[in-house]
Amino acid sequence: MVFIQQLINGLQVGSIYAVIALGYTMVYGIIKLINFAHGEIMMMGAYFAFILALVGAPVWAIFLISMTLTALLGMAVERIAYKPLRNSPRISALITAIAMSYLLQNIALLIFGADPKVMPSIIPNKPINIGGLQVSNITIITFLVSVLFMILLTLFINKTKAGKAMRAVSEDTDAAMLMGINVDRTISITFAIGSALGALGGILYAVAYTQVLPTLGVLPGLKAFVAAVLGGIGIVPGAMLGGFILGFIETLAKAYISSRWSDAIAFSILIVVLSVKPTGILGKNTREKV
Amino acid sequence: MALLDVKDLTIKFGGLTAVDGFEISIESGELRGLIGPNGAGKTTVFNMLTGVYLPTSGSIVLDGKNVVGKQPYDIVEAGAARTFQNIRLFKELTVEDNVKIAYHKQMKYNIIDGIFRLPSYWNEEKKAHNYAMELLDIFDMRQSAQSLAKNLPYGKQRKLEIARALATNPKILLLDEPAAGMNPQETKELMETIYLIRDKFKIAILLIEHDMNLVMGICEKITVIDYGKIIAVGDPDQIKSNPNVIKAYLGE
Amino acid sequence: MAGKNKKSNVINLIAIILVFVLLNILTTSGIVSRYFAGILVTCFINIVMASSLNLTVGYLGQLALGHAGFMAVGAYASALFSIAINEMGMPATIQLVLSLIVAGIITAIIGYLIGLPALRLKGDYLAIITLGFGEIIRVAINNFKFTGGAQGLTGIPKIVNSNNSYWVTIVVLVVLYTLTRSRHGRAMKSIMEDEIASEAVGIDTIKFKALGFTISAFFAGVGGGLYAQYTAFLDPSTFGFMKSVEILTIVILGGMGSLTGTVVASFILTLLPELLRDFAEYRMLLYSAVLIIMMIFRPQGILGTKEFSLTGALRIPAAIREKKRAQNDAEGGDL
Repeated sequence: MVFIQQLINGLQVGSIYAVIALGYTMVYGIIKLINFAHGEIMMMGAYFAFILALVGAPVWAIFLISMTLTALLGMAVERIAYKPLRNSPRISALITAIAMSYLLQNIALLIFGADPKVMPSIIPNKPINIGGLQVSNITIITFLVSVLFMILLTLFINKTKAGKAMRAVSEDTDAAMLMGINVDRTISITFAIGSALGALGGILYAVAYTQVLPTLGVLPGLKAFVAAVLGGIGIVPGAMLGGFILGFIETLAKAYISSRWSDAIAFSILIVVLSVKPTGILGKNTREKV
Repeated sequence: MALLDVKDLTIKFGGLTAVDGFEISIESGELRGLIGPNGAGKTTVFNMLTGVYLPTSGSIVLDGKNVVGKQPYDIVEAGAARTFQNIRLFKELTVEDNVKIAYHKQMKYNIIDGIFRLPSYWNEEKKAHNYAMELLDIFDMRQSAQSLAKNLPYGKQRKLEIARALATNPKILLLDEPAAGMNPQETKELMETIYLIRDKFKIAILLIEHDMNLVMGICEKITVIDYGKIIAVGDPDQIKSNPNVIKAYLGE
Repeated sequence: MAGKNKKSNVINLIAIILVFVLLNILTTSGIVSRYFAGILVTCFINIVMASSLNLTVGYLGQLALGHAGFMAVGAYASALFSIAINEMGMPATIQLVLSLIVAGIITAIIGYLIGLPALRLKGDYLAIITLGFGEIIRVAINNFKFTGGAQGLTGIPKIVNSNNSYWVTIVVLVVLYTLTRSRHGRAMKSIMEDEIASEAVGIDTIKFKALGFTISAFFAGVGGGLYAQYTAFLDPSTFGFMKSVEILTIVILGGMGSLTGTVVASFILTLLPELLRDFAEYRMLLYSAVLIIMMIFRPQGILGTKEFSLTGALRIPAAIREKKRAQNDAEGGDL
């Protein structure tokens, strides 16, 4: 019974990881950059939601506006800091991403202060009885909302022209350009969607765990990243798969091993994956042409 | 016994068989050509011979040792050095340093000698410097010794790559399109240099080339491949008149 | 060639000793306050940390994001060792040197073990796996009893001062300098330039990556040891990812591959926060903005890969005269 309870908990945190992981994987897929600042994008999404909740906006507006604002923020970050480095060595872009992460954290720190803000209750917490188990409605909502957006994303990538453009640019940027695809715009759209999803993760996180602070994105961001790598970095279904698997492992580890070591366990998973199959569960093997 | 003995060498990438049943036998001091249309698999053969790719099947015996599955640096130690089709110099290092790095294995001081600047460091570095200069002299590049590799004109970059490969003291030198981008005068110099290298260092040379003047001019024996398979082996006259070769290059 | 080198060695040695004498006079006479002497120590520690990272990042060309983890291992190892031998009553210098050697060796071993899986990866993957290891080290230290856990480790002998840390720093810099200008350093550089070409000229890239990484870890451990026996208190949260980023910032600012650049950048990034004490909350904001701007406009850092040569600098007046003379000859007249 307790085990199933833990699995359901894992579903909640797994959904959040999955949604955030999608942002990492989309960006990596298209410009081969690990966007270290993605955790901070998630954090900003949470803060936007917090402010909107404070002024009493309706729930649907909180989600919509926060995600839109964060999407714009993500697009701005890409234009300002990442675009100039598109042809630089990878090390430069990685360092810039790390720096951007700290920049955003500190901006949030200056604006909002270090003290944790309490997220107003925009979704009242009601326990639901499923087959004898007490499950929070927030858990169900988190799961359903996440899955909804994952389905929307998959449809977008596979069925729309913009989605096809994203896939083309991921495969071969130069060829895509020669085919007449506006690469800059495609990359912007990718960042917009990835950031919106990151914001979604941030809002769900804030609703579930109630605290909003500038370092909100650090650990969940890193773990979502582990999830993306686990499933196969750059592969959209991989991010979803990795998110849920990591969510389960972490919850079970916290319940049955130790909560103090749960972070180390997440990173150990990362190391094992990278050592054994760096391209992840759903990843392919690539060979460098000499 | 042949210096390099390759039998039944095959490599498959997924469903594609890039090289099928390749074989070649090269004697010490031999000048050998490997030609074929673009995409025939010539560089793939080189990559297998030098350990960059692992063949799916077949054998490569270099100087009596089986080298399939060995790391590239072990194969260099066994006596095979190469240049690259797209030139892979150490761009931010000087010409002299590029050569000295290849001389690495023959420098006999250890890391403690290096850190504490013991006498063996000074002796070996001086020896390396002199040796590098001698090699550069062969290619008439002594005066460029302190230039950065990336600042060299194209022709000199190609020469540097060959000099660097020579510094590993090889028994066989594999040159991948050494004359690419060279004018007729430079190509003629290259031919003379190759003869010089072969005579002075007593090494075999296996050459991938598209420049037929060069190939027919200096190669004693030529192997022709197309779509990964051998279609002809012979001396220049035989190859020139071989109908399969003509068909492969010019089409039906 | 050897003669020229011997002359520049003598000049450099004299310079090092002069600087030390100056330092000593300033600190013991009280011209320079205790507070400022403390900043100097912090600066020296940063130099050691950054130059050790520079070997991996600037010479091997591998982005390693777990350097703070190595610093932690060295710090705790030296602290525990120093505490253990403290009652033996040996001179402080010997105690310090021994504890630093122990710190270095233990950290080098950990570095080697981490390198085994990590160095088989390239680029981004290497960066993240080292990040992962760094975090695991931090969590482990936070949870073990013998390291004092989350409350930290106290009672560490406070035997580091500006004098002995100066000499340790000089030794580290000299060793790194001679290493990078030996055949082993060249081999490492070639790996960064073109790994495939490096293998093609006979360099055992696996061995050299491990060598560079392990030596880098060794000196990071030494830096950690200095830190531990200066602050006399260790808190695991000091050694998180943020610390790794701070050290990386110094390396990037100074120029990957330039030891002089690392020294200059260490001074700048140690003094700046002190001068801007009133603006402490803007410190990380400043760091990150500086990093971003550098990456976009001057990724090669202040000095790029060049080193400052004292002997070269001393020859400047003569070089200027020579240039004037050549110019004069070209103009066809006499002065």
